[in-house]
Amino acid sequence: MSAAPADTISMDLAGTLGTFRLDARFELPARGVTAIFGPSGCGKTTVLRALAGLTRIPGRVAVAGEIWQDTARGVFVPPHRRHVGYVFQEASLFAHLSVRDNLLYGARRVASSVLADPALQEIAELLGIAHLLDRATTALSGGERQRVAVGRALLSSPRILLMDEPLSALDQATKEDILPYFEMLHAHFAVPIIYVSHDAAEVERLAERLVLMRAGEVLAAGPLAELQTDPALPMLTAPEATVVIEGTVAAHDRHFMLTDVDVAGGRLVVPGLRGTLGSRRRLRIAASDVSLARSAATDTTIANVLAARIVAVEGDPAEPQVSIILALGRDGGGCRIVARITRRSLSALALAPGDAVYAQVKSVALVATRA
Amino acid sequence: MLASEELWSPIRLTLALATIATILLLIVGTPVAWWLARSKARWKEGVAAVVAMPLVLPPTVLGFYLLIAFGPSGPGGAIASLWGARTLAFTFEGLVLGSVIYSLPFVVQPIRNAFEAVGDRPLEVAATLRAPPWDAFWTVAVPLARPGFMTAAVLGFAHTVGEFGVVLMIGGNIPGQTKLLSVAIYDFVETQRWSEAHMLAGGMVVFSFLVILAMFVLEKRMSRPGR
Repeated sequence: MSAAPADTISMDLAGTLGTFRLDARFELPARGVTAIFGPSGCGKTTVLRALAGLTRIPGRVAVAGEIWQDTARGVFVPPHRRHVGYVFQEASLFAHLSVRDNLLYGARRVASSVLADPALQEIAELLGIAHLLDRATTALSGGERQRVAVGRALLSSPRILLMDEPLSALDQATKEDILPYFEMLHAHFAVPIIYVSHDAAEVERLAERLVLMRAGEVLAAGPLAELQTDPALPMLTAPEATVVIEGTVAAHDRHFMLTDVDVAGGRLVVPGLRGTLGSRRRLRIAASDVSLARSAATDTTIANVLAARIVAVEGDPAEPQVSIILALGRDGGGCRIVARITRRSLSALALAPGDAVYAQVKSVALVATRA
Repeated sequence: MLASEELWSPIRLTLALATIATILLLIVGTPVAWWLARSKARWKEGVAAVVAMPLVLPPTVLGFYLLIAFGPSGPGGAIASLWGARTLAFTFEGLVLGSVIYSLPFVVQPIRNAFEAVGDRPLEVAATLRAPPWDAFWTVAVPLARPGFMTAAVLGFAHTVGEFGVVLMIGGNIPGQTKLLSVAIYDFVETQRWSEAHMLAGGMVVFSFLVILAMFVLEKRMSRPGR
């Protein structure tokens, strides 16, 4: 059996499932949070199920140095020996077991289960379900059920945590309650997470990397910001085009209640006193909130005016607007954001790749509460 | 006291037969029901039809073929020869075997329905939580299908108690060996011993009522959410 790289997740599957054709090929680092993102019915869940071994599609799957599937060599590791944690769209708790026994179902099947009880207490506290341990699963709310499902998966000591749209069955308020727990997960547990979603807001909050899917195919796989600013991908010119960048909290203005965040190539001001100094935060900038100027206007209410260089201009000639990829910093060495402007402005300012401009960012939002 | 022994002997024999048959029915019926619920084989409905045949077949027809199969020249005779007997017909062992075949659909159907209602998801969850298939079967599928098992056991037991046609064909009427309740009632009626017939028949009415009542109460209790 040939060895697989110890620190990657790689998949190369091609086949049909009923009338659906899947052709999924990608390789990712086995750490952090990776989102599989795409419209409903594009094959995201099938990819996740194939990773777990719940669906068989011919090809090859290798995770963290182990080959889980290699159809050419007749290798197929059954799901119960892959040691994945899987959180389904519906919590799928065992109705005949209490919350505690649900949580311990996987833990009791791990060799070193003597430690199960302290781990149970710890994870139950972290997920805010410690007071529910002796309840029946039917007495839980939707959000509680999903947190129990996450705890149950984590307690089985998974090598990788697979989450299939775990929030899609919940209402907006419950989603907002649970997202912070999810953000905490990978910071607290050194387990790589693959998160399937069709919700851009969830992806922006949680994911560092993206596998972009469409109609059974993987369009691209890579760091989130790279894919968001890739001219070859549809995310750039989509109406809701957005870029998520990371920054460090640099200063607090207590008088005006503003927070300065340093990003590669500039400094952004965010309303509110947010985060502790030196902490890493994610910022979300929508393309429609970014406009361009040839000179740095001082008589403007826009707080964020940053020097940048134009990398590329993209857009359908039939559309009135174009997307402009910018690299922050005078020399264009910083991180990339996207501006959405009209063709008329493009021609009035005679903007072209390589030009030095000022990006006026009307609104910047902190997306993650992760410290 | 002879009369009371005449009454009690068929009752004891019937309860022993029904108990043994129910245990065997659950042992045989569970894997059959599991396979029918989970298999994707195209011919599985054919197997399901064979298992369900006793539902529509006249008991005397089934009894006739069982009688031939149990006889000295049939497979039953070969089995009986293992302990030196000539035939399985007119023996308690033969009645057990016949009852299992005759009552199988009443056990397989509710268990199959229960397994189908459990579905794939809980078993997939168990697999991702490191439970091998056998482990998941016992710790997830069977507990979740518990109401189906209760219904199956009650129906299998009651149906074995109440069987007449097959029993008469393959069991005959040997007191203490094959003379079951239903046959005893028939005998009492034929010899115009109405009071004995009344006692046994009335007892069966009460018993059947209690069985059905117990089943309904249990089903209701188990379908109630929570523990």
